[in-house]
Amino acid sequence: MARVVVDVMLKPEILDPQGQAVQRALPRLGFEGISDVRQGKRFELEVDGPVDEAALARIRDLAESFLANTVIEDFTVRVDEVAEAAK
Amino acid sequence: MSRTPLDTVEHAAATPDVELPWAELGLKKDEYERVVEILGRRPTGAELAMYSVMWSEHCSYKSSKVHLRQFGEKAPQSDALLVGIGENAGVVDVGQGYAVTFKVESHNHPSYVEPYQGAATGVGGIVRDIIAMGARPVAVVDPLRFGAADHPDTKRVLPGVVAGIGGYGNCLGLPNIGGEVVFDACYQGNPLVNAGAIGVMRHEDIHLAKASGAGNKVILYGARTGGDGIGGASILASETFDDAKPSKRPAVQVGDPFQEKLLIECTLEAFKEKLVVGIQDLGAAGLSCATSELASNGSGGMRVTLDDVPLRDSTLSPEEILMSESQERMCAVVEPEKVGRFLEICEKWDVIATVIGEVTDGDRLEIFWHGEKIVDVDPRTVAHDGPVYERPYARPDWQDALQADDANKLPRPETSEELKDQVLKLVASPNQASKKWITQQYDHFVQGNTVLAQPEDSGMIRVDEESGLGVAIATDGNGRYAKLDPYTGAQLALAEAYRNVATTGAKPLAVSDCLNFGSPEDPAVMWQFAEAVRGLADGCQQLGTPVTGGNVSLYNQTGEAAIHPTPVVAVLGVIDDVARRTPVAFQEEGQLIYLLGDTREEFGGSAWSQVVHDHLGGLPPAVDLERERLLAEILISASRDGMIDSAHDLSDGGLIQAVVESALLGGIGARLVVPDGLDAFTFLLSESAGRAIVAVPRSEEIRFTDMCGARGLPATRIGVVDGDTVEIQGEFSLSLEELRKAHEETIPALLA
Amino acid sequence: MTARIGVVTFPGSLDDRDTQRAIRLAGAEPVALWHKDKDLKQVDAVVLPGGFSYGDYLRAGAISRFSPVMDTVIEQAKAGLPVLGICNGFQVLTEAHLLPGAMLGNDHLHFICRDQKLRVENAETAWTGDYRAGQEIHIPLKNMDGRYVADEYTLDKLEAEGRVVFRYLDFNPNGSLRDIAGITNEAGNVVGLMPHPEHAVEPLIGTGRTDGLPFFTSILKKLVNA
Repeated sequence: MARVVVDVMLKPEILDPQGQAVQRALPRLGFEGISDVRQGKRFELEVDGPVDEAALARIRDLAESFLANTVIEDFTVRVDEVAEAAK
Repeated sequence: MSRTPLDTVEHAAATPDVELPWAELGLKKDEYERVVEILGRRPTGAELAMYSVMWSEHCSYKSSKVHLRQFGEKAPQSDALLVGIGENAGVVDVGQGYAVTFKVESHNHPSYVEPYQGAATGVGGIVRDIIAMGARPVAVVDPLRFGAADHPDTKRVLPGVVAGIGGYGNCLGLPNIGGEVVFDACYQGNPLVNAGAIGVMRHEDIHLAKASGAGNKVILYGARTGGDGIGGASILASETFDDAKPSKRPAVQVGDPFQEKLLIECTLEAFKEKLVVGIQDLGAAGLSCATSELASNGSGGMRVTLDDVPLRDSTLSPEEILMSESQERMCAVVEPEKVGRFLEICEKWDVIATVIGEVTDGDRLEIFWHGEKIVDVDPRTVAHDGPVYERPYARPDWQDALQADDANKLPRPETSEELKDQVLKLVASPNQASKKWITQQYDHFVQGNTVLAQPEDSGMIRVDEESGLGVAIATDGNGRYAKLDPYTGAQLALAEAYRNVATTGAKPLAVSDCLNFGSPEDPAVMWQFAEAVRGLADGCQQLGTPVTGGNVSLYNQTGEAAIHPTPVVAVLGVIDDVARRTPVAFQEEGQLIYLLGDTREEFGGSAWSQVVHDHLGGLPPAVDLERERLLAEILISASRDGMIDSAHDLSDGGLIQAVVESALLGGIGARLVVPDGLDAFTFLLSESAGRAIVAVPRSEEIRFTDMCGARGLPATRIGVVDGDTVEIQGEFSLSLEELRKAHEETIPALLA
Repeated sequence: MTARIGVVTFPGSLDDRDTQRAIRLAGAEPVALWHKDKDLKQVDAVVLPGGFSYGDYLRAGAISRFSPVMDTVIEQAKAGLPVLGICNGFQVLTEAHLLPGAMLGNDHLHFICRDQKLRVENAETAWTGDYRAGQEIHIPLKNMDGRYVADEYTLDKLEAEGRVVFRYLDFNPNGSLRDIAGITNEAGNVVGLMPHPEHAVEPLIGTGRTDGLPFFTSILKKLVNA
């Protein structure tokens, strides 16, 4: 088993009120110097079998058609190196 | 992974000297000894888990039981009562073959720890109680109490609670039609999150929590079981936690409203096909509660194989499975030949369902794990024979001084200008201000049967589309009144909810309650509790509205400081045709405003004394339940016969508060004249009970006043619906714009 | 003669029964459709109702969009079947790319339930024939994810082609771009909007107005006269 991580983020031009709310809270909590916060989603996919290019291509399709709505969101797909190394 | 050997019944019998952590599980020494006595041996770990959760204050009502009996003993004769106290919720006949079930419960402590999930799972729990009676849930209401409105922690707790109630209830498709939001420093650290629900069914669909018929299967369905809220029932809900740090917080249950929505639809479909012999929801104490209650209410015993429970976390021990409070689960008893169909319906709705046991001939509840027997008990001893405490109670020594500190002697406004300023301050104060910012986060419209929703006096739901039959519900409570006199305070809560149902045109039928108090181990608190229960039971007897069920929440205190005693009372009413309902809003210029009832100088516990003087003392308003009954009859008759176009009950904030609300909601002002025999201050701000204002079309005036006169209800013409100001002749005038700003901007400014 | 109008029930649909009632009150015949069933039972039009299908998990409408019934709805909508998406149904339609743009969480981060004033911008669609262009109506609105977004090009195109069907008036309740409350596809047979016309079909109930009824009479007339 290997883990593939799909990160989904709102596109930069899309307003992210949740991220803004987090950012506004930071000074109250004493965290200075953070100029922007964007909130996204992280999916961890446990994949049976080898994570080869073909498997990653299928996962990219999955991310593009289902996990992300590309009208508003971008996504990245990567193999979780830590989980890989622990094997 | 190594594990200590399984603590089977056999093992327990052979090892009498093994010490079990009964104290950590919340049992007292004598309670543990009683368990040993009942079993004739030491309990197994699993048995101890069951007894400890089921004998907790939260599940067993051990401190309150001796007092709660009055609700049964003093219950008035009522043809409407179909199912009374003791089941998941009471059931009332509302006519035309319909039955309505309703109940209010608390989720106070969990909502302080994790406001969103605490409040959300509170809604989930009460809704499952309603489904378990066989009814389709049709509405929810939420009486809420928080610390001071401007306290920083209120800004943490309130938005979370409101979002949780909305997030869960909206997703279930239940209109939120009523409730209250009250602020008082006494609830700092102990917010009260009470949740009520109403369900509707046909008479023949009433279901009960009992397992009968040997060979019938026990099916667990809904969410998988995880480690949520383990021990919550005994530890979280029954002990005070002072200043819990995040790391020490007890496990919090997480709700999944989507799963619950599927559970509702799937359960109702199974009911429709008559597949269910008995049913119980899994709430506090989870499987321990469901299995022991189902078995003890039925005719036989029950055998359960715990290995068959679908788990979310495979490392859970059998004790943990029995105590888990994972949400969105139910347990049904189904005849063997109907199991297949039941499982099909669950499959249709993507709900996991598993046969975990069966009803047996005997009278034992036996639970197995890995083929070994780990529980062998008489289920009645778990579910019903818990300890009963006659806790000492005594009128606190400060009560006399509190009552002697008479609010009627507080300095009153000396000029019209001062009176005007105080009125403006009152309608803008957090307790009297508009709660729209909160209630607009709840769906009022879903199901398409909402006739009235907050800020109306009661929420009203249409039950039958053809006939227009409807039900109304109002919840009320006033901790300030109850602190001054718990007996009267409880009756005032009852009277107000009763009145609120009647002002909308519905006939009050039955009562549910949520009794929120401090520690029962404090004799002063116990006295408040005893007095409040006595007051409520006496009041219900006199008004002819039986208590059908409810909930007690104790240990609402931080250190030595208990909350105000806060009995919250829900009254359910019925209206033959919702087309005749009476709204709060003024409808038409020129209509005459009548004040019904008597106004006396009563300022003890009043909103005025709180807002202007930060004072709590004296006596609460006097209660006259016969007057309340007469007032209700007049309001209902006037509504039915089309004599009034709007009505609003008078309670906290007095007459001026009611007039301002009716004016702002209708967008039309009012001109008022201070009646003979009253001063302007008392007229506007007294909180005498048994009163309402109504707007009467001129064409109906004679008919209406004749009716009041004939029945002996004082009705005083105090003004007219008119213009865009609220004017008190000879005193002051406030524009609707100015009032709206004062009334509507407070809450968003504090919380948004 | 009347028309058969299907109402799809997804797991977590909430306003499916209310929509059926509204269809009945308008004089048409409501037909219950099930999400696992590809068969549209010979209906003349389909409504995707409001609610929280699949709990709004992942994104509102994102999981329902892949249900078997939607395969048929998408195919037939492209061939001209009238489809109305209300609230969650609108979200499903954007996820299914039958309508452009997407729905995001309200800008104020709260659920909002209110009686919303709207202006009818397009009275030519299959679902709005009984309104007048420019007519101002009140329809209940209740949502968590009601913020309509699309890129500038798409928005300009929608405006230019008259495909903005409803706009929020006086108050934008969720931060929708250009106050858009509802849109239609190029052919005018698919309409999506956030407010709930099915909750404004009876006096006394809800807000006590009947401003939503013309949705259902519009489609009935169109189908019966077709």
